[in-house]
Amino acid sequence: MFEAILLTVITASTPLVIAALGELVTERAGVLNLGVEGMMIMGAVAAFAAAKMTGSPYIGLLGGIAGGALFSLLFGFLTLTLVANQVATGLALTILGLGLSGQLGEPFAGQPGLPLPDIVIPGLSQIPFFGKVLFSQDLTFYLSIALVVGVNWFLFKSRTGLKVRAIGDNHASAHALGISVIRTRYLAVIFGGACAGLAGAQLSLVYTPQWVENMSAGRGWIALALVVFASWRPWRVLAGGYLFGAVTIGQLHAQAFGIAVPSQLLSALPYIATIVVLIIISHNRRTTLINTPASLGKPFVPDR
Amino acid sequence: MKKLVIALAATAALLGGFSSGAQAQEKKKVCFVYVGSRTDGGWTQANELGRQQLVKALGDKIEAPFLENVPEGPDAERAIERMARSGCSLIFTTSFGFMDATMKVAAKFPDVKFEHATGFKSAANVATYNSRFYEGRYISGQIAAKMSKKGVAGYIASFPIPEVVMGINAFEQGAKSVNPNFKMKVVWANTWFDPGKEADAAKALIDQGVDILTQHTDTTAPMQVAAERGIFAFGQASDMIAAGPKTQLTAIEDTWGAYFIKRTKALLDGSWKSEQSWDGLKDGILTMAPYTNMPDDVKAMAEATEAKIKSGELHPFTGPINKQDGTPWLKAGEKADDGTLLGMNFYIEGVDDKLPQ
Repeated sequence: MFEAILLTVITASTPLVIAALGELVTERAGVLNLGVEGMMIMGAVAAFAAAKMTGSPYIGLLGGIAGGALFSLLFGFLTLTLVANQVATGLALTILGLGLSGQLGEPFAGQPGLPLPDIVIPGLSQIPFFGKVLFSQDLTFYLSIALVVGVNWFLFKSRTGLKVRAIGDNHASAHALGISVIRTRYLAVIFGGACAGLAGAQLSLVYTPQWVENMSAGRGWIALALVVFASWRPWRVLAGGYLFGAVTIGQLHAQAFGIAVPSQLLSALPYIATIVVLIIISHNRRTTLINTPASLGKPFVPDR
Repeated sequence: MKKLVIALAATAALLGGFSSGAQAQEKKKVCFVYVGSRTDGGWTQANELGRQQLVKALGDKIEAPFLENVPEGPDAERAIERMARSGCSLIFTTSFGFMDATMKVAAKFPDVKFEHATGFKSAANVATYNSRFYEGRYISGQIAAKMSKKGVAGYIASFPIPEVVMGINAFEQGAKSVNPNFKMKVVWANTWFDPGKEADAAKALIDQGVDILTQHTDTTAPMQVAAERGIFAFGQASDMIAAGPKTQLTAIEDTWGAYFIKRTKALLDGSWKSEQSWDGLKDGILTMAPYTNMPDDVKAMAEATEAKIKSGELHPFTGPINKQDGTPWLKAGEKADDGTLLGMNFYIEGVDDKLPQ
């Protein structure tokens, strides 16, 4: 039973973790992209379409990544090149993405999907309990873990990561040091878009292998909240994503088990948990400030 | 909200088309407000099919624009009001949650007529219409009791409104008529439309041992999970056989077209009056999708029950029926009246869940 619950939790948490990691890198570079929901749904439709047209869910996965990344380029162009307001552009990106994906996906609605197969790792998958839970998953789960490790290493151990963080903390100084602010931010935005697209691909190829309009159902917003929740730290994104997934799935099981708690309260639990954790983190003002990118959301125009 | 903008632009364009065009006779507009996407494979898709039938039948006399993905709440009121302002003569608001919004807008536009689905508030210019879904759910329950090996079905419910509670009770009532010990587990998803969450609810129920699944939410995600896990399930609102060719036993299909056409004709000839319509299987507003994936004797039983309900010989809620806590509700032979059914806020005996209040 516990194993079954855990498997469901993993499927529910993976898209949140992936999308939040992408947004984390974008925000570490000082760009606030509120369009995660829009990029995610574009990834979902692109992945489904690509998988359907080629017959390969793996090409679908690539399609999802490309769809999210391309869509984020629009955001990059508007906010970085044309210096439009990031908050407004991000919101517009979400609204546009939801509408556009519905339009593009219309021929695919109601069609049977192509689920991404599980990859059973020889040897490791024989370990009791952990083998089934951790080593018999689909590619997106392995990618999500690899991304956590990779992003953590990149941001805090690599030279380029240091530059990204420098830009996020003070873009004027970084510019004075000769770091290309706009180019780096473009790359960070595209990375965020690619991750959101991959998360969307997980939705339409793994979570529920089908295309339904609006199928992201607010998960992009949860990913955005997770970044703040994690105070811009990759490992905490992983923990937060799984906490959120566990509470969501746990409450469904509690209901099916017949625990007499009002279901409305149970449904609200993940959000209550988020608020409680946010209160706990923000309690320590200094650590919050250390992790928050100081230039977040501020436009940058090079003086020459 | 999303395509609302596009649809509104289209509506505006239509409107512009009228006023500038020198048409001798203006076409009346019969408008639709949908809560979900018209390709959701469930509830809204069934409404859209009905609208298309209406256009096919009366397309030379009317136009039928629609707004989709209109969330319940304050946005609904704005969307319905814009429809009313754009010159619609008759507006179908197709979700229970649009009830108060419909009433508010209707009070502001006394000349516009409204048809609200599944609600219980009406006015001189607001009619309500509903389908006796419970008749179909009773049949589903009987099939479930025959097909389930464990005698436990899982029910994915949306919101604790009378419509949904009535459906759960009808399913249990049907199942009990075959197997008196039949049990039901209920999970409230607290959403009509979230494929991921509906799938999670389905997984949770299956993990807890149910071997038949039925849903009162709008997407085919639960059907897909049932197919993956190799258990049987029932479709909701639309025929969901494509999502589970070897999984779906039958589906309760909403066939609104006939009602839409009847009411639009009444609008055109001036005989439209506010009514509270509640039709069922016998009127063709509700149909059962083909009985599939079951042995012949189960199929024969389902068909016999369907015929009895149509002829009026069988009312699914006929006593003796006790409420969940064991107190009597209906005496032997007594039939539930429509008022009680439409306001149903209690479970009957055998439902293994605590009703959220």
